[in-house]
Formats: sequence, structure tokens, C-alpha cells
Amino acid sequence: MSSTQQMRGTTKWALNLNAVLVYLFFYAPIFLLVVYSFSNDNLVGRWGGFTFNWYREFAANDEVQTALSVSIKVAIISTLVSVVLGTLAALALERATFRGQRIFDALLYLPIIIPDVTMAVMMLLFFTQGINLLDSWFGIRLSKGVTTVTLSHIAFSISFVSIVVRARLDGMNQKLEEAAQDLYASRLQAFRYVTLPQIMPGIAGGALLALTLSLDDVVITQFVAGPGSTTLPVYVFGLIRRGVSPLINAVSVVMLAISVSLVLLSLILQRTRSGADAA
Amino acid sequence: MTETTEKCSVPAVGITGITKRFGDVVAVDNIDLSIADGEFFALLGPSGCGKTTTLRMIGGLDFPTEGSLRIFGDEVGTLPPNKRPVNTVFQNYALFPHMNVLENVGFGLKMQKVNKSDIAARSRQALDMVQLGHLAERRPTQLSGGQQQRVALARALVNEPKVLLLDEPLGALDLKLRQEMQLELKTLQRELGITFVFVTHDQEEALTMSDRIAVMDSGKLLQVAEPEAIYERPANRFVADFIGNTNLLEGTVADSTTVVLANGSRVEASSDHAAGTKVAVSLRPERAYCHEVGGAPSAHSTIDGKIRGTTYLGNAVVYRVALDWMELDVREENRPGMAKFEQWQEVTVSWDPSAVAVVAD
Ligand SMILES: Nc1ncnc2c1ncn2[C@@H]1O[C@H](COP(=O)(O)OP(=O)(O)O)[C@@H](O)[C@H]1O
Ligand SMILES: [Mg+2]
Repeated sequence: MSSTQQMRGTTKWALNLNAVLVYLFFYAPIFLLVVYSFSNDNLVGRWGGFTFNWYREFAANDEVQTALSVSIKVAIISTLVSVVLGTLAALALERATFRGQRIFDALLYLPIIIPDVTMAVMMLLFFTQGINLLDSWFGIRLSKGVTTVTLSHIAFSISFVSIVVRARLDGMNQKLEEAAQDLYASRLQAFRYVTLPQIMPGIAGGALLALTLSLDDVVITQFVAGPGSTTLPVYVFGLIRRGVSPLINAVSVVMLAISVSLVLLSLILQRTRSGADAA
Repeated sequence: MTETTEKCSVPAVGITGITKRFGDVVAVDNIDLSIADGEFFALLGPSGCGKTTTLRMIGGLDFPTEGSLRIFGDEVGTLPPNKRPVNTVFQNYALFPHMNVLENVGFGLKMQKVNKSDIAARSRQALDMVQLGHLAERRPTQLSGGQQQRVALARALVNEPKVLLLDEPLGALDLKLRQEMQLELKTLQRELGITFVFVTHDQEEALTMSDRIAVMDSGKLLQVAEPEAIYERPANRFVADFIGNTNLLEGTVADSTTVVLANGSRVEASSDHAAGTKVAVSLRPERAYCHEVGGAPSAHSTIDGKIRGTTYLGNAVVYRVALDWMELDVREENRPGMAKFEQWQEVTVSWDPSAVAVVAD
């Protein structure tokens, strides 16, 4: 009796320690990053007193500002498009039956298992060929840039959105849609008033995922980017090669802040949603 | 036939030669059925016999593979559910979890573009009808099973459907609530005069509630009749066995009034099966009596056996009587002076010949 209690005590202690270590491992780097972004020293990891200089430089630096606005533009557009397409794909797979459904199902998830570098090379090849063809067939002159970056982000985000939305659709009671139709809703109305509210958390989750993936991506973006389409992560990556300045600390903190705000926003949105529902 | 009688005889639901296949599975097999206006009609049968599929076809949630389906004379075979004057109470209610009770009830009216103030008034009225007016703002998940059932009922009835379809609406409730709701549903149906088509696998429920019962098995319709006729004059062996308890004594028809049982004894039992047909004599336990050997009334048919077991039910006792070739259950009501028998005592089982039914396969 007492020995099992003692065991339980030890186990609990070990679990607590584990939790502490894991959190330390997660958050110590973030803590360091934030602290050193305020360090008044030209070396990345040395403390030279408190300053806002790096943030001032961040605001003043045109390259950083351009990269930030490209990142945001690409993220928003690719998220919107991939949420719509990913949700439609999820609906097609869960609610309809059509020829080749199995194959479509398998192919849809390919981008998730393909390594980033492979995906990047594929995209590069595809866009190069595509641009050449457009030029030689229709005389349309395109070059790599924001469009190709956005298209690639859409391509890899769709799979993630559709996985998340599908999980939600799968958990939803299909009888609800039938009940709606039985109560004089057309198929479209049944979707609008019953299915959509039911899968909304999935769609919001998918959108958040797409936004984060887009804001994060370096490898694929770097391959398909052209002049004027450098995103913030790609810019940071470039900074490191050119010799590091604590500016990248400040840039990273800004990126971190954006990500955290997105998560908070989604939590708040979900809370107000359910609050409104309860009223 | 005059114009007016023609009109009165239009069935609420008219099903002709309907078959439904899912791939190789024949869920509903060429059934004909006519449900009258204002009728409380039960579809009864074991699980998987095709009841839900039949109901879904009436509601438009499944379309027949073959055959014609009319609602008050209008062919609706492939009309979508939102175009039919029919509403459904689903098996597990299927209430919308993201809407409160009042919004659930008002959904059908909203889809029919009824104006807002009418929706509110009619929804409240429907909720009052099922005594849930005080829970209008609740979420479905905050209600008990019985309350959810009432919301589902109000949500369907508020649309004033011409036919209400109910798929095992009481299946998820406990016995006491179930019996209460049976009575309530029946009363409601009488007051509203709406045709109810009610699916159940519970024969007792079907007998208690319905004007008529359709017994189904393996997608086929076996018998359609009033509860009494189903119980007293089952169309075949399956119906006799499925409805209530019965003893099936195997035998062969000798002539229109005699059956030769499997042990060679001849008993009086009238039937219109041809001589030589393999049949069973269905003897309900409550129609049989146990006596000391030789103590049976002379007008009764008899079989001798031994008491093999006794089940005490409180209001009755069921004796299991072993014959050489089968066992019989005999139910004696627990009245003062009820004859009592010992284990392995020799007894004579008797019954009035008019109390049995002869059934073939
Ligand atoms: N959508 C479906 N796809 C394939 N088979 C089905 C489908 N719906 C019902 N069935 C089959 O049809 C038969 C009748 O089912 P159902 O009408 O639900 O029976 P019940 O309601 O009497 O239990 C069953 O064998 C069932 O497996
Ligand atoms: Mg069923």
C-alpha cells in the first residue's frame, strides 16, 4: 500500500520534472531571442545594454519592410484560396461519390509526405516550363515572382486544410444534413445553415494552419521566388549568410509575435462564436 | 364510384411495387402498401428488415430503385425531401447542436420563408404543445433524452406536415418514459388528425399504438392488418412467432378442420391450406391450460406432458411443459385458486380449438 503510494509519488515527481524540462526546452530559446533583440551590441549573442535600435532599424529598413509586406500578401491570398479549395476537396471526398475517388484521396495528401526540397524542385521545374510554354504559345511573358510563390503556397496548403476540415466533417452527424433537407432546406441551404456552422472550427483551424505554413516557408519559396518576391523568412535566411546582425533577432521576434497573435485571434474568434451561439 | 368518394379514398401514402437495392442488397423487395389519411400506421419488423429504408423513401431521403410512390395522389418518387409535404422525427433526433431549442423548432418555417414574427409565434406554440415552452433557450445537448425527443417532435409538427414519419422515436428512452410517450404520441395524433407512419421493432409498442400494422421481414411485407388481426390471425409462421409469444406445434394439414401433429395426434384446427401442407399450429401460452391428467374440458384439444420448469412472473406463472417431441409454454394468470403443479408432475395441456391459428411458412 505505502510502497505503491511512494511509487505514485516518484512517478508524479518524474512527470513534473519532465514537464518542466520540456517547457524549458521550448521556451528558453524564445526567451533568449526576445532578450537579445533588445541588446545594444553588434554581436548577436552578447548583451550590451538595453536598446530599441534593432526595432528602429526594422521599421526603417526598406528591404525588411518589403519582405514583410510580400509575406503578408502571399499568406493572405494563399490562405483564402487554399481554404476554399481545401474545403471543397474535403466535401467532395466525404460527401460525394465519384469515379477515381480513391486515387484523388491518395493524391491529395501527397504534398504532405513529399519532402520540401523535392516539392521545391518540382515547383521550380513546373513554373519554368509553364512560363516558357505561355511565352512560346500565347506570347504571354511571365516571370517568377509573387504569383509563383503564392501558387506554390496554395499547392502545399490545400492538403493541410482539407485534412483538418475532413476530420471535422467525418465527426459530424450526417443525419443533420438530412434533417435540414427534410425541413425544407435545399442542398445549398442545408450546407449554409447546418454543415458550414458545424465544420467552421475545422475551416478556421485549417486557415490558421495555412497562414502559418505560408508565413514560415523558406525552402519552396526560395526556389520559386524571383526579384521582388522575397518573403520575410527568406530574407532572414539571406541575412545569416551575409553575416549576422542582431537585426535578425528583432525580425524573428516580430514574426513570432505575428504567429502568436494569429493563434490568440483564432482562440478569441472561437470563444465569441460559441458565446454568440449560447445567447 | 362518385367524385367525392374517389377523393376520400385517396391514400395519404400509396406505395406500388417499390423495390430498393443498395448494390447487391435488396433492402425493400417489391412492396405494395396503402396508408389512409389520419391513420396511425406502424412498420414493424426485426432490425435490418427494411423499415427505415421504406420510411426514408416516403420522406425522399432515399429514392426507390423501382416502383411508384404517391403522397395524397401525387407521384413523389424522385422528388427531393424539401419538396414533400412530409416531415420526419429521426431515430436519434438529429437536432442541430449549434442552434437552441427554439431555433431548431423554427428551422423548417425559416426555410419556407415564413415571416419572422410568425416563426417565433408558431415555434413557441409547438414547444408549448410538447410542454417544453420553458426550455426554448436551451441547447439540445442540455436536454434529457425525453426532452430531445419532444423537441424533435415539435420541430417536425410545427410545419403541419400531411404525413409525419417517425423512425423508432422512443427507442432511446427508458421503459417508463417510453410508455408515457406512447400514450402522448397517440393522443397528439388523434388531436391533430395527421397521418403518422411509425417505425418500430417492438411488437408490443406497435400493438398498443397503431390503427394498422405492416409486418416486414427481409425487405418483404408479410401482413398488413389491425393489431387484433395480426395477433389472432397471423398470415404466416414468421408473423405468429414475431408478434407476442407463441408455441408452434409442427404438423400437416389433413383436411379443412384437422391438423396431424408431428407426433401423429390429430387436433382440430381450421385452415384453408390444402391437405398435405406442412404447417404449424400456433398456440399462445395464455390460450392454453394445465390440468391434472385427464382433467381437461371435453370440448378442448389436449396433449399430455410433464412440468419441466416454472417461471413466476407475479401476475402470472408460466409452466414449461415437456412433451416427447417438443416443449410448450402455458401461462396461467395468477388468480386466487390458480392450480399449482410440481416439477415433473404429469399434466394435460388443453385449449379451445378456436383459439389456435394455423400458419404455413
Ligand atoms: N445506405 C445503405 N447502403 C447499403 N445498404 C444499406 C443502406 N441502408 C440500408 N442498407 C441495408 O438495407 C437493409 C435494410 O436496412 P434498414 O432499412 O435500415 O432496416 P431496419 O430499419 O428495418 O433496421 C439492411 O440489410 C441494411 O444493411
Ligand atoms: Mg432502422
